[in-house]
Amino acid sequence: MVRVDGTGKSDSLIQVRGLTKAYRRGGEEIQVLQRLNLDVDKGDFVAFMGPSGSGKTTLLNLLGGLDVPTHGSITVAGDEITHMSGNKLTHWRARHVGFIFQMYNLIPVLTAFQNVELPLLLTKLSKADRRKHVETALGVVGLAERMNHYPRQLSGGQEQRVAIARAIVADPTFLLCDEPTGDLDRKSADEIMELIHRLVKEYGKTVLMVTHDPVVARRADITLHLEKGVLVEAGDLQSVVAGGTA
Amino acid sequence: MKFSRLILANLFRKKVRLLLTIGSFAVALFLFAFLAVVRDAFGRGADVAGADRLVIINRTSIINPIPLSYRDKILRIPGVKVITHNNWFGGIYQDEKNFFPQFVIDPENQRQVFPELIVPDDQWNAFVKDRQGAIAGARTAERFDWKLGDRIPIKTTLYGGGNWEFNLVGIYHGKRPQDDETQFWLQWDYFEEHVPERLKGQIGWYVLRLNTPDDAVRVAKTIDDEFDNSPYETKTETESAFAAGWVKQFGNIRFLIVSIGIVVFFTLLLVTGNTMAISVRERTSELAVFKAIGFSDRAVLFFVLSESIFIALVGGVLGLLLAVAAVPVLTRALSGLLPNLILAPQTLVLGLIVALFVGVASGLLPGLGAMRLRIVNALRRV
Repeated sequence: MVRVDGTGKSDSLIQVRGLTKAYRRGGEEIQVLQRLNLDVDKGDFVAFMGPSGSGKTTLLNLLGGLDVPTHGSITVAGDEITHMSGNKLTHWRARHVGFIFQMYNLIPVLTAFQNVELPLLLTKLSKADRRKHVETALGVVGLAERMNHYPRQLSGGQEQRVAIARAIVADPTFLLCDEPTGDLDRKSADEIMELIHRLVKEYGKTVLMVTHDPVVARRADITLHLEKGVLVEAGDLQSVVAGGTA
Repeated sequence: MKFSRLILANLFRKKVRLLLTIGSFAVALFLFAFLAVVRDAFGRGADVAGADRLVIINRTSIINPIPLSYRDKILRIPGVKVITHNNWFGGIYQDEKNFFPQFVIDPENQRQVFPELIVPDDQWNAFVKDRQGAIAGARTAERFDWKLGDRIPIKTTLYGGGNWEFNLVGIYHGKRPQDDETQFWLQWDYFEEHVPERLKGQIGWYVLRLNTPDDAVRVAKTIDDEFDNSPYETKTETESAFAAGWVKQFGNIRFLIVSIGIVVFFTLLLVTGNTMAISVRERTSELAVFKAIGFSDRAVLFFVLSESIFIALVGGVLGLLLAVAAVPVLTRALSGLLPNLILAPQTLVLGLIVALFVGVASGLLPGLGAMRLRIVNALRRV
């Protein structure tokens, strides 16, 4: 169950406590996130919505260990990541986080297979084992037949499916999706959302997604609204015990 | 290595740029090798000089003669083992562009003083017996396709001028690759017989061998003191000092060549550094993705450095191979103007080290930039 009041179970997969992120711009401090609390359990599918500049992507970056908070803590599967060194955080990301970006961010000079294989290059898997994992991941996203195609030879929806395969291939603890359908037409967007939904329901993946699109957000178990750096509203009031700051 | 495919894929993403950058490395390394070869050729006189040889010239200048009569006086100085004398003949064979150095030699002692220049005994004996005999270096003989028994006409404007004719009775070879095989030797007696009266009994310079190189300073001073205040004062120095002084007449060749080399490599460094910087900047968001999915900062630096080092080594090897192929051609083209052009293995190794250095240096700054890239900022640059 997702909670934003800081009273979640101690064994929640993701625990965020008093998370604050502030930037300095021209001598002025801008509070992007203000003392957020969040608890997410394994297998939850959470959508974050909110206007531009509300801090959605900043929250996702913090949860993914791409950025460090000004105050507060983030604990994932028992690991407190906010005080990890840069190197440790890099290893942690490789093990625990699968990223799915709006612009797919595939490497254009690598085939679909090679793109999906990238996270596995950081593991000790043999070449044969890597191949098995990649073929499985591409099979899950329905692109096993196109593994030798380069990104330029794929449609936007297919590129995003390759990106999803890359995100799940190392079996991370959770997936972070930043506007995964933002660059796709409705049909492709529906296919991608169906795929992500399947990852949650069939494979038990935990997904945290940022989106502007209410139709996309409806596919999540719960939608949380961020406004001016504060979690102010819950999309599924029955699932969220309380909204707002701690 | 599991990253090699990734590195190669990145390298070949802009093929034209890759080819041009490798090409610039190849040209620079070729130039490096060529400059090193020329520098070595200019400095070879000092390198091949015998440690136990002294050269005696007229103190005023080498073009001023010294009396032949000094020979016996010099020979009496303790420490002197053997002495020979030479004159510059300065003739033209068929055309001025067919330059090669011609020396009047003293057949009696030439071989004792220059044992590294080998003439077969039968040819040497033929030379000694034939006053018009001549011995050519192997390179010069090959250059003009001379065979033993050929009649070689040489025209000179010195020594009263005129056409001189010689019988080619011998061909000498150097013991070492760096030995000069371009000289043409003619006999002192034949020369002395034909020069005008006022020039008779005058030689260009002496070369002597010592019993031990340790005597060089003492013997040189004794010789110069002996002829001090005479009409033909002498200047005696070791053969290597003489050779170095000779090269200096052309200006500071070594400095010039090293300067050109430095400019070439500095330019190459800027060109390659700029190419790598552009290449990294174009891939900012991709590098951010690498870092986001768990590639370390060091891995990103490794990728960038691998690319620049690959370019440097491939370009460097190509340039050096080109030099290996071109130096013999250039040697033939410059025949007679410079001693043997030799591309030493040390030059090739140094060239690869320099290429490697430029590769690392040109990739280092962009690589460090990529290493320090903040993922959240870089991901916004799509």
